[in-house]
Amino acid sequence: MSNNMPDGKLLAEVIDVLAGIAPEIRDSVLDPDAPLRDQLELDSMDHVHFTVDLHERFGVDIPESDYRAMHCLRELAAYIGARRSR
Amino acid sequence: MIDIALPSLGPDMESGTLLEWRIAPGQKISKGTIIAVVDTEKAAIDVESWNDGEVAELLAKPGQVLAVGTVIARLAAPAGEMPSASAPAAIAAKTPAPIIAAPAPAAPIAATATAATLSPATATPIRASPAARARAQTLGIDLARIRGPGSTAVIALQDVENFASTLAAKEKPDAAASNRQQGLRQAIATAMARSNREVPHYYLWDEIDVSALTQWVRDYNAAQPVTARLLPAAVLLCAVARAAAEFKDMNGTFDAGQYHPSDGVHLGVAIALRGGGLIAPALRDAHSLQPAATMTRLSDLVRRARSGGLRSSEVTGQTITVTNLGDDGSLGLLGVIYPPQVALLGVGRITMRPRVVDGIVAARDCVTLSLAADHRVSDGRRGALFLARIATLLQQPEAL
Repeated sequence: MSNNMPDGKLLAEVIDVLAGIAPEIRDSVLDPDAPLRDQLELDSMDHVHFTVDLHERFGVDIPESDYRAMHCLRELAAYIGARRSR
Repeated sequence: MIDIALPSLGPDMESGTLLEWRIAPGQKISKGTIIAVVDTEKAAIDVESWNDGEVAELLAKPGQVLAVGTVIARLAAPAGEMPSASAPAAIAAKTPAPIIAAPAPAAPIAATATAATLSPATATPIRASPAARARAQTLGIDLARIRGPGSTAVIALQDVENFASTLAAKEKPDAAASNRQQGLRQAIATAMARSNREVPHYYLWDEIDVSALTQWVRDYNAAQPVTARLLPAAVLLCAVARAAAEFKDMNGTFDAGQYHPSDGVHLGVAIALRGGGLIAPALRDAHSLQPAATMTRLSDLVRRARSGGLRSSEVTGQTITVTNLGDDGSLGLLGVIYPPQVALLGVGRITMRPRVVDGIVAARDCVTLSLAADHRVSDGRRGALFLARIATLLQQPEAL
């Protein structure tokens, strides 16, 4: 694992994980700085699947107390970048 | 021989399109084996076998539209289970000479089938006409995919063309998605119109303090890895299933003028699909599951409902349904019962509300539970007891 991975590449990977749950985002452009919940419909089960899939991809287990980091994509990518380089 | 007919994969299904076979002649299958994928108006469903046996022949082709009840394949029953086969064997056992002769013809067949299942490519060389081979090569299709494992039939040019058009149909997502949306909407409309026409609904609702539940889930999750965390919804489903097992007049089906209570609770769970519409597949035997197992099964069911892979046993046989509006939903709902079921439990959004606890107003997590039930089977009094029982169970989530 490297903590020098460019932000953009990690962000793209996070979006790829999200597209596994919400395939419709492959045809649209998401604003990485805007709240995710304003941009697509994710219910609580989608949220569970998203955290499980992120864990599978990056090995990062996001505790419930840190769910606010999943507020927008850029924050989420930064959170994952910081956690997985530890 | 056992005939396999296209099953009804929902109360209003009249026909389905065979998308692909998952079995081949010569293959041994058992109850529960997925035999085919069939497209209905609602979804592509993995159809399971109800019998054990060896596949004798396939009678339908991918792409064909088939009426419910059409015989699509034949199975040879396992030798031990066929009276005509087992009886002579039992008699033969007492007279040494014929025994060896009797099972002998069966042995090579069984051996071939096993080998074919394990290693289709080497065990059964694929036979195809030269034209078929050339066309398959042009299209980039592996001949082994056209004939399933274990088959020795010769592949003709037409087989290649049929396979290619099936593939093409599967790979046109836009047209398919639009048709699916229309079909899904039509299927929902048909079922709901029938419900409003035939089922004399009554409605009850209550606001339940679920602070014990939300606190328990928070504490539980804090000690769990991401893969084992619970949603409050899983615990709610668990409580509904336990209560439904006790209330026989809420858990069952009303068919042909008669009510049939169910021993098991096959809990329909309404799942919203991406792009619109919903489907309510069953968590089978939900009454026997604890919260963690309910969550695992629910998570798997939602994934498959949204991306494909629901099984025939999951889209039929529901005995009561829960519709949960979730975090972004409304406070409550008045549901429409899915015929032939007789009750639908609605769960609103969990929100913090003022409640009087021990004479003092306190902020508590609350949820509105609603019941739509069928007057042909029960009355409001029973419905109220059912709701109260769910509420009681939710006060002790650790005991579920």
